[in-house]
Amino acid sequence: MIVAENLNKIYGRVTAIADVSFEVEEGEILGFLGPNGAGKTTTMRILTGFLTPTSGKAVIAGYDVQNDSVNARRQIGYLPENTPLYNEMDVLSFLGFAAQIKGIPPGDRAAQIRNTMHETGIEGVATRSLGKLSKGYRQRVGLAQALLGDPKVLILDEPTVGLDPAQIREIREVIKNMAGKRTVILSTHILPEVSMICERVMIINDGRLVAADAVGDLQRRLARSRLIRVLSKAPSDQVSGMLSELDGVSKVECVLVPNEEGVCQLSIETSPDQDLRPMIASQIVNKGWDLYEVRSMDPTLEDIFVDITMGEKKEV
Amino acid sequence: MTNVWAIYKREMRAYFVSPLAYVLYVLFLVVCGVFFNINFSYYTQISHNYMTMMSMRQGMGAPPMPNYTDLVLMGITNVMTFILLFIIPMLSMRLFSEEKKLGTIELLMSYPIRNGEVLAGKFLAALTVFAGMLILTFGYALISANVVPDQTYLKTLIAPYVGVFLLGTAFLSFGIFSSSLTENQIVSGVISFTVLLVLWLISFVNEIQPGVLGNICKEISVYAHFEDFSKGVIDTGHVAYYILFSAFFLFLTLRMLESNK
Repeated sequence: MIVAENLNKIYGRVTAIADVSFEVEEGEILGFLGPNGAGKTTTMRILTGFLTPTSGKAVIAGYDVQNDSVNARRQIGYLPENTPLYNEMDVLSFLGFAAQIKGIPPGDRAAQIRNTMHETGIEGVATRSLGKLSKGYRQRVGLAQALLGDPKVLILDEPTVGLDPAQIREIREVIKNMAGKRTVILSTHILPEVSMICERVMIINDGRLVAADAVGDLQRRLARSRLIRVLSKAPSDQVSGMLSELDGVSKVECVLVPNEEGVCQLSIETSPDQDLRPMIASQIVNKGWDLYEVRSMDPTLEDIFVDITMGEKKEV
Repeated sequence: MTNVWAIYKREMRAYFVSPLAYVLYVLFLVVCGVFFNINFSYYTQISHNYMTMMSMRQGMGAPPMPNYTDLVLMGITNVMTFILLFIIPMLSMRLFSEEKKLGTIELLMSYPIRNGEVLAGKFLAALTVFAGMLILTFGYALISANVVPDQTYLKTLIAPYVGVFLLGTAFLSFGIFSSSLTENQIVSGVISFTVLLVLWLISFVNEIQPGVLGNICKEISVYAHFEDFSKGVIDTGHVAYYILFSAFFLFLTLRMLESNK
């Protein structure tokens, strides 16, 4: 549905994005992650045709965003960063304006506007002036105008910034419900959001794509080590001594669990390419110690993100 | 076409929801009104003098009668061209600058609409607001209809009004161009005022220094081409000048919109 090939954008001496290539399948929700200034907005602006890439090309639903710009834009609903809106208009007339330009036939406009207003929960502010709306409502109006015309592709630049937790949850629900129906690219720097909404994630840093994969795969693939957590009733020094001698174990930490006599919690760091859980379990059981729990702790997306974006900087 | 209409409606609303259009209307009409009043008093005075003089010069052949159109109405159209130097930049400065400042240009450009359609909608809206001002000044001409017995003078107003309209259109297209240059409305307004003022003033270079330079300046000047209109003549050469001037800057605006990417 969306294909980007070797996108570059260079302003004078500053390279905003370099060699960004990716594809998004139909119905997929892609999270676009990166620290501020990494090139998320630039990439999205190129996809919507607002910026022309210095080189490379982008195709949306079969239409080239530069050569066939108007047709490409017909497939897109876009929510720009910071939700720019015409402040002197009221919600209803603004949506009417958007519906007209998006080419919705006059007969369908009222019904479509009503539906999107219902979907985004802004019926209550229909006659309010956009300049006087709260940040949360502005964001929803922004989302509503993006949804008008039933576009195949939604490009959302930081849709949840500045919202309160309840509003964030609502917007997330709206986006999540689109899975399968629409292709969505959403940028954010809120990491849990990506694990919650997106199937696939793309991480950009200093204008370059540094990782792109399904959320779970990425967590596994990019982890530099694997953490296994064990609860066992065993003498702490003996058990840690025994486990640290196992192949592939790099570090063992042991703490006593408060309120449970004799139970200690072991944090075992192992190499990421092997799963030592069965081995650890059998070792402990063979010694006759009680085993309560063996758990593999997947690194969070946050760990990976920090790892990648900070690590790159150190290497440079 | 529906896209142009959508933009047009939105711009018209923006003009009349904010105080801008009203302020400009009042400003324009008040200044025109003041000059109408001055010209009118002047006219009544010389007409009175003329009558007295006529009664004293029985049978000596009549000098030309003071002409109402020349003295009052055409005088106002000359004044209008000068007021428009201030009014038009204020009318046009927000057209693109405001959208750039607020970021709405990004939203607008993400819709399936051509740059040309955006420009056409905005330009036509500003032109409508300007045309509205001109139409309201017909009021002055109608007031005089009560005073002046001979109504044929109204026809002689066509040429000066066509001239003012063309001049305003040219100003507006430069204004919209300068608005596409910057996201700061004030800067945009100052640029268009300054450039238009220079283009207005160079028509007088010819009087100070006649010759090739003077002639060139006169040909370029936005005001020199208006003078014939104010004398009641519609010359296709001058009409062509204003149309080409407008087309040139509208074209440049379009290029600006594309190059900003």
